[in-house]
Amino acid sequence: MRTSFVFSEVITGLRRNVTMTIAMILTTAISLGLLGGGLLVVRMVDKMQANYAGKLEVSVLLTNDVSANDKDCTQQPCAGLRSQLEQTSGVETVVFQNRDEGFERFKKIFEAQPELLKLARPEAIPATFRVKLEDPERTDVIKQAFEGKPGVKGVDDQGKFLDRFFEGLNGLRDVALILALIQAFAALLLISNTIQVSAFTRRVEVGIMRLVGATRWYTQLPFLIEAVVAGIIGSVTAVAGLVLFKAFFLDRITRNLTESGIIPPTGYLDILIVSPWLFLVAIVISATTGYVTLRLYVRL
Amino acid sequence: MIRLEHVSKVYKTSTRPALDDVSVEMEKGEFVFLIGPSGSGKSTFLRLLLREEVPTRGRVYVSNFDVAKMSRRRVPRLRQSIGCVFQDFRLLPTKTVAENVAFALEVIGKPRNTIVKVVPEVLQLVGLDGKEDRFPTELSGGEQQRVAIARAFVNRPLVLIADEPTGNLDPDTSQDIMLLLERINRTGTTVIMATHDHGIVDSMRRRVVELSYGKVVRDDARGVYGVGR
Repeated sequence: MRTSFVFSEVITGLRRNVTMTIAMILTTAISLGLLGGGLLVVRMVDKMQANYAGKLEVSVLLTNDVSANDKDCTQQPCAGLRSQLEQTSGVETVVFQNRDEGFERFKKIFEAQPELLKLARPEAIPATFRVKLEDPERTDVIKQAFEGKPGVKGVDDQGKFLDRFFEGLNGLRDVALILALIQAFAALLLISNTIQVSAFTRRVEVGIMRLVGATRWYTQLPFLIEAVVAGIIGSVTAVAGLVLFKAFFLDRITRNLTESGIIPPTGYLDILIVSPWLFLVAIVISATTGYVTLRLYVRL
Repeated sequence: MIRLEHVSKVYKTSTRPALDDVSVEMEKGEFVFLIGPSGSGKSTFLRLLLREEVPTRGRVYVSNFDVAKMSRRRVPRLRQSIGCVFQDFRLLPTKTVAENVAFALEVIGKPRNTIVKVVPEVLQLVGLDGKEDRFPTELSGGEQQRVAIARAFVNRPLVLIADEPTGNLDPDTSQDIMLLLERINRTGTTVIMATHDHGIVDSMRRRVVELSYGKVVRDDARGVYGVGR
């Protein structure tokens, strides 16, 4: 197989239908960009779930009165609440955190935001029982039993908040993937169409090739490679798009959330990890579409 | 070299067979005219040899290829041993004379150094040396047909099929093309030429196979175009 010949054919082919080629590349790029975005959200949710798994707690917040006067939880109602919590079935550990410890923890979490720290006063932080459950899903048991008891200000369930947050992210992911799918369908039709046009404009060449005994590979490979090259250029464009999106947009809007550790930052590494999949999808889809088109619509 | 045994070909769109129980044998190195009016089956005959079509009945042999029975994968091998020339030349307008000829070798994967050696040789054989870098549009009809013949012959085929190669040419140019085909025939290549040209057939006095309504109606070893015409 003479590769130089095949590639010169490919380049001529791509140049000859330059508008179609550009349309094909852009559609592929947008489709893959959306797919990449969806995959990045999946990675983000996975990371968050790993971060939070095992750390999810129910916080039983104590009233101001208790927080101010009972630093070691030796008096009533604090001591009573603690022993009740410890005896509740399904509870793994109970940690008491007084107001000062709570404030230290707060300072640590919001290290990156000095403005916020300046405003914060220890008086605003309640003493808290941090309760870890054997089954993090069964938070309502604690809520029902302890909400409204004397000395209890409220029961705070991290899990509920996270669930809502994940729901939002998953929705975002689904939208991205559905759009990617629609775009992928458009890209598929464009690839198929481009190959048909390409084969038509080159029918004399192809006719001669068949006549002088070129193998099917020789006659079809330029068309296939044409589609795959366009697919690869499309996926490179998509990756570049993701990098630019991260650098100029994502970083800016998520800075606060990532710096305070609420959502993990999306790094260039994440894009690097996602991009091989985009290349793979591009190559598989363009090659398959090309092959099927040649088989069904183009008699070579 | 070429043998057809009781070959019939019926196209789906037609009720009358294009070829009807044809049996012919052609030896290596023969020069054969295939004559007959339009629709007599000449083109179908040639297309069967190239395996552009498969016979409805009967068997076709070219060299040691069982053409009708062979697998699709081997068809390129068959076609590499057959050269083809047409009335409309079928040259690539964007390639030069030399590139048009080289194209036939490139697409069957011949190495570069073979190509640069044999292309000038064959261009000299057909009398086009010095015109390697011209484009087909800059050539006369006769010269274009020479390029087509060079392309058909460059891979030294066993058989050269010519489908009305002089159909678009004036009588003098046609004579030149016939001399060229004769020269190629003398190298041992079997030449099968479909034609309507009385003058050429009559002056060459070669074997004539006449088809009419898909049947062989005449097979003369040293024939003329038509008796009484």
